Amino acid sequence: MNGQTLHRVWRLGADIDTDALAPGHAMKHGIDIIARHCLEAVRPEFASEVQPGDVIVAGPNFGIGSSREQAAAVLVQLGVAAVIAPSYSGLYFRNAFNVGLLLLTCAEAESLGEGDRIALDTAAPAAVSPQGARLACEPVPGFLMDMVRAGGLMNLLRQRGGTPASQKASNV
Amino acid sequence: MTSMAPTRAPTQKQTQTLAQKLIARASGRERVSVGEIVTCGVDLAMFHDSSGPRRLKPMLEELGAQIWDRSRVVLVMDHYVPERDDDSRRIVRIARDWARDQQLPHVYDSQGICHVVVPQHGHIRPGMLCVGGDSHSPTGGAFGAYMFGIGSTEMLGVMVTGEIWLRVPETIRMWWDGALPAGVTAKDMMLHMIGRFGMNGGRYQAVEFAGPAVAALSMQERMTLSNMSAELGAQAGLIAPDATTAEFLAGAGAPPVDMAPWFTDEDAALTDHRFDASTLEPYVAAPHSPANAHGVSRYVGTHVDVAYIGACTGAKLDDLRAAAQVLRGHKVASGIRLIVAPASIRDQEAAREEGVLQVLMDAGAELFPTACGACSGYGDPMGDDVTVISTTARNFKGRMGSPTAQVYLGSPYTVAAAALRGCVTDPREVLA
Repeated sequence: MNGQTLHRVWRLGADIDTDALAPGHAMKHGIDIIARHCLEAVRPEFASEVQPGDVIVAGPNFGIGSSREQAAAVLVQLGVAAVIAPSYSGLYFRNAFNVGLLLLTCAEAESLGEGDRIALDTAAPAAVSPQGARLACEPVPGFLMDMVRAGGLMNLLRQRGGTPASQKASNV
Repeated sequence: MTSMAPTRAPTQKQTQTLAQKLIARASGRERVSVGEIVTCGVDLAMFHDSSGPRRLKPMLEELGAQIWDRSRVVLVMDHYVPERDDDSRRIVRIARDWARDQQLPHVYDSQGICHVVVPQHGHIRPGMLCVGGDSHSPTGGAFGAYMFGIGSTEMLGVMVTGEIWLRVPETIRMWWDGALPAGVTAKDMMLHMIGRFGMNGGRYQAVEFAGPAVAALSMQERMTLSNMSAELGAQAGLIAPDATTAEFLAGAGAPPVDMAPWFTDEDAALTDHRFDASTLEPYVAAPHSPANAHGVSRYVGTHVDVAYIGACTGAKLDDLRAAAQVLRGHKVASGIRLIVAPASIRDQEAAREEGVLQVLMDAGAELFPTACGACSGYGDPMGDDVTVISTTARNFKGRMGSPTAQVYLGSPYTVAAAALRGCVTDPREVLA
């Protein structure tokens, strides 16, 4: 990204869990319906008001809980450009990249506020606050950025044109 | 890389943790260093009706790919069974049809919850590297296997390639000295640790449970420790295998395994936390986080409407036995629902043979299906404003049903004691 696009911040607290992101009662449905219930227990207006390109800025431990990758796919479905938080559940971290969702690990994420318009420098990577402060994020390994650019592991595998069992799922 | 690769014992100069040894074996290496990203061969891939066929089938078809090795795949129908509506019927039908079409050799349909059923059939053994399509997959670590949870897309990668990448973790060792007092369990140990370190205290590293109090635990109690490593935020929750492991596996019909290589070297680099089991009291986690955990005394007297004994975490045979110890010869308090959903058919039948199930029924328990059920908001979820005390692993807002339900977590002793009194109770009072 070139740093020109501005992303509106949805500010969430710490320990946002997968049941909040993809509630159990909705899990029998497809991703379009699960997305309508995303975060309903903590931010009931989120699913209807979030716009493509918005970002989520959260406290530590984002995505704790279940292995259900719908908890990451709902944010892709809703057009969320990235999540920025000081830390993530390790399982959620894997799932997010596998479905093409960019997670940025940023110690100072919580200095950003609700409604802030921020820029993202995904090459650095860094988030740039409305005041121009650059918040450094931890580097994302190249093979994970490839997955984000491709739109997830499925797209990567598809691009490789069918995948015999001898090929690796990820280019590590 | 498969499990057929030779087992290598590291030399004495190159000390390694159990986690490192397991990952080295699975990646075909002599040794691995913390922080390295390595590709491992997968010895066993487990998934259920929710995370498995309904997601994997369309993705495999789209790629025109085949399962790399059916003999290493285990499918368990446990989330949407018994089917309650058209959606669950559709999901379970996909799983059954796909299992037949793919001629999967290891399928357990409505036999109980995957984390209990799969080890009970001897599929998880010391030295293996296993993945599960469910966050409580670290349960397999109780058997000295490196097992962790992954999402469906990553499982697709495993189905196609038989491999998975991971970052070699640090080891955080939880060393428990002493012996647990009567009425205090592995669940209390876990709630204590999660309360102390928080839900990301494990930092997605490997936690290893060790020490005399861990060695003294039954296999099922060890499984409870490893199971809730998920709530500690660890990737894996390991316990070095020993005679208790061997006995359980022999009973499960597993082929004999050499357990000797699978331990953490004495001077391996790790972080150690020490605990004294003999001073541990029963623990309760209050709404809405397993990390909101304190000694039971803090919550004594809190009224409850429902006492729920269920889930892979809290309704195994040992858990049912603990509940029966509290409830034998008693009735639950009036107006209280006691729900018992055994973790597996095998455990339910063993409890029936021992008379444990009858004790619970005589006390007034309602017997629910051996499935994930209300633990994850499936089955009969909890209604608005209801206060629940539960043997399950998670009490996130809305997890068991309504966002206004208040869920407390405790051991089977503590949940049974609450059923008896109608409020949160120190189980040691009623066991005395």
